[in-house]
Parts: sequence; C-alpha cells; structure tokens
Amino acid sequence: MREVAVIGIGITKFGELWDKSFRQLIAEAGSKAILDAGIEGKEIDEMYVGSMSSGRFVGQEHVGALVADAAGFSHMHIPSTRVEGACASGGLAVRQGYLSIASGMNDIVVVGGMEKMNDVGGNDATATLATAADQEWEAFFGTTFPALYAMIATRHMHEYGTTKEQLAQVAVKNHANGAKNPYAQYRREITLELAMNATTVAYPLGLLDCSPVTDGAASLILCAADKAKKYTDKAIKIIGSGQGSDSLALHGRRDICTLDATVHAAKTAYKQAGITSKDIDFAEVHDCFTIAEICAIEDLGFVKKGEGGKAIDNKITTLDGSLPVNTSGGLKSKGHPVGATGVAQMVEVTQQLRGEAEARQLKDAKIGLAHNVGGSGATCVIHIMEAM
Amino acid sequence: MGGVARFWREIPQRYNLIGNKCEECGQVFFPPRESCPKCRRKSMGKIKEIKLTGKGKIVTYSIIHVGPEEFEEQVPYPIAIIQLDEGPRITAQIVDCDIHDVKIGMKVESTFRKIQQDGSTGAIYYGYKFIKRK
Ligand SMILES: [Zn+2]
Repeated sequence: MREVAVIGIGITKFGELWDKSFRQLIAEAGSKAILDAGIEGKEIDEMYVGSMSSGRFVGQEHVGALVADAAGFSHMHIPSTRVEGACASGGLAVRQGYLSIASGMNDIVVVGGMEKMNDVGGNDATATLATAADQEWEAFFGTTFPALYAMIATRHMHEYGTTKEQLAQVAVKNHANGAKNPYAQYRREITLELAMNATTVAYPLGLLDCSPVTDGAASLILCAADKAKKYTDKAIKIIGSGQGSDSLALHGRRDICTLDATVHAAKTAYKQAGITSKDIDFAEVHDCFTIAEICAIEDLGFVKKGEGGKAIDNKITTLDGSLPVNTSGGLKSKGHPVGATGVAQMVEVTQQLRGEAEARQLKDAKIGLAHNVGGSGATCVIHIMEAM
Repeated sequence: MGGVARFWREIPQRYNLIGNKCEECGQVFFPPRESCPKCRRKSMGKIKEIKLTGKGKIVTYSIIHVGPEEFEEQVPYPIAIIQLDEGPRITAQIVDCDIHDVKIGMKVESTFRKIQQDGSTGAIYYGYKFIKRK
C-alpha cells in the first residue's frame, strides 16, 4: 500500500451564505485547494465529493458530475463520484480518495465536501437531518435528531454523573476557539451562563448544545506521498485511516453511551499508524452536540469511559490544555455544513500541522486526528495526520 | 413521511408488537429480522414470529421541546428507549403521565395510539406508545 499525503487545502467561509450557490461554494473550495497544491487540472486522476442530502437541501442529485463541471473539468472527463454517509459524508469522501491512491490506482485526487442547508426552511432542514436516523423505527415515533443525542446525554449523566454544566463548558470552549477562526460561522465567545440558560431543544440539551445549520464547502488535494515533494515542501501525511459502522438506530447499540463505530475506526487507524491514543497531540472531533464531544474523547481513548465530563472541568481540551480538541471551533462554532464537515476537520488539522493556524496555532503539534460521525453513531471515519 | 404502502407494511409490528425469535440461540428481535446476526445460516428456517408482551423499562429518555412538523402540537413530549422484557430495545413516546415523572428504570407497558397525521394526504398513522406500568 502506498503512503498518501495532503498537498493542498481549501475552505469557504461557513455560515448563512445567501449570496452563494451550492456550486459556487464547492468551486471556491476546490479552486483554493488546487491553487494551494500548485497542481494542473490535467494532473487530477479522480474526484470524490461528500454531500449528505443535496437532493433535499437544494433539489439536486448527481453532484459528482456537477462538482467536476463547476470546477471547469467537464471537458476533461475526470471520474467524479459522490459519497454519502449522513454527516460523515465528507470524511468518507476523503477515505475513498485515500484508498484509491493507496491502492496504486491514482496519484492525485481532489476530495471535496459541501452542503447548502439554508436554501430550505428550518423545518425542512430538521426533517432532512432526521433522515440520518432510522426512519421506520426512530423518526416515525416522533424522535428528532437532537433527541437522540439528548438520550445519550441523559444516560451519560445517569451512569457517570456528567452534568449540564460540563456539556455547556464544551460549547463555551468551542466558541472561544471559533472566535479565533476567520472561517467560522459564529466568531464570538459565549458565557457559561448563556449556554446553561439557552432554550431547551430536547432535554437535557439546549440550543447552545447543538451545532447550527450551515452552508459551506471544503476541499483537499491528496497525492501519493512519494510524489508530494514535487508540489510542496509542506505536505502532511495521512498515517492512519479507519472506518466503522453500527446499528442505524441508537436503540440497537451495545451501549447507549459508547459509539462503537468510533471505537472500531480508532482502533483500525491507530494500528495502521503504529501509535496509541497517547501519541495524539490534538484532535478535531464530531461535536454535532456537546455530549458528542464528551463521548468522542472517551471513545477515542483520550480519557476513560465516563471521564469525559471531568476532562472538560480539568481544561485538558482547551487551546492551551494537554490535548486540545476542536481548535477550529468545532461543529458547534465553526458550523456544520454536514457533507463538508469531515473534509473541513482535515483542513484544520493540516493548518495546525503546517503552522498556519494563526491565532489558534498550537505549539509543537506533531500528530493530529480528525473524527467524523454519521447520524447518532452508525458511521464513523477517522484520519490521523502527521507532518512529513 | 413516505407513502401509505410504506406504513401498511409495518402494521403488524407497530400495531401488535410482532417480533421474531431465533430458535437456535433464543435471541428475540424487534423489528423482525430475516436471519439471526449471531447464528447466521444456522438460523435459516428457525426464525419464528412471536408477539411481544409490551412490558419493559426505560433505558434513557429525552423531553422534546422542538418537534418535527407532524408532532408540533404535542410538545413538550417525552421520548424514550425502552428495554422490553424479552430483550429488544425500542424507541417510543411515553404518554399519560407528568413529563417530570419520566425516569430511567421506570417500568412501562405498551399502548395502542395515534402516532401522527400526514399533512398532505390526511392519513392517520397508528402504533405503540408506552405508559407507566401500574
Ligand atoms: Zn441466533
């Protein structure tokens, strides 16, 4: 298997982007990445794009070809495939690109992720996100997507004494980081009081425990590591890639508080990289809800199961903590254009490893991890990255 | 959500809690499975339909304050994951009680209710909800 590196990154501003269309967003992220990598269009072997539900959000399917077209490559007939795994669509697209280079089939692959969620109303956006849950056995009975994570939170509080304040602290931390990220949807800090007293969405989760509805796109240029030097001296190697699946419905899981898909994906990625969770210097984790970040740092092996809340109290995961988590602001503050998220996480990890994260820059960060989840945990994809 | 046929297919399960059981290992499934994930081919021809008692207890819950369009009139309402006495876990609403009474470990039993109404066709969909066990 060949080694694979990231040689270019591109990201759009995340937010309510009324003046930008779906195709403008992905074209912008893609051209930034291509420019950053310094590659020519004719060097691109293949493209993979992640989108959860372009059909429902903008009424457009067949977005593999659309993206190649929007990028100006239709006359070159570059193979372009859309990948879907709910909110993990972006991470899955990266993994497809990674596998195609690792296999020896391709040398240079453009990976993209995007979602344009604000063209439909709030109710439609909520209903579309709920399609990541089990339609027949969860959604039919009145479950919402936030309610699934709320049920994880209720059980986590019951079993481990996790508190609403600890959940709120996740939001406070991620907003503090997002305030430093020029691409973030919410570039403002929030107080603990504000987070604690926000309107209830699904008890025990309030509005500020939830990631927002976001438009945005992100892109990476992947290249066979042995050819990366030709293009850049700041290539970032992908040293581990793991993916896992689990029951679609939350009620089908072995343990409500553990995302076994994450545990499985992490185990695979750590093994491939030849490292353990202790070697990770920082991580972008899938905090679609505050409880999800607490579960993630446990399931990734950063802390023991049940101690995620305490880790927040001890400020382990802040920018100056021993294991910074979601330096970008996370899904919570940077925003969560579902199909773009997994790719955007790797843009952040790359920026940190290149030393280009400006006000968010970590000192001595050598190995970073990106953790992208679909639904309430039925899909997880993880990538581990290291500067070459 | 979905057409009428999509709903009609699930009537036995949603009206009468019909699941099935692997007679090789004894595991009970709800909704029914075509084969047993553990016994695989050994379970072929040994999956038998059973009617679940509808008795169980709450594993976890949430109180929904912002509901889907079809459920907006019901907010706030409790939703829970229930462990049935026969083994399977299912997701359903808890009704006929103060929302503050809903607790992890609470014993519940199923009841047959209207679940939602399709806004465009007017079709009313029924199924199970759960009430506190007396
Ligand atoms: Zn069996």
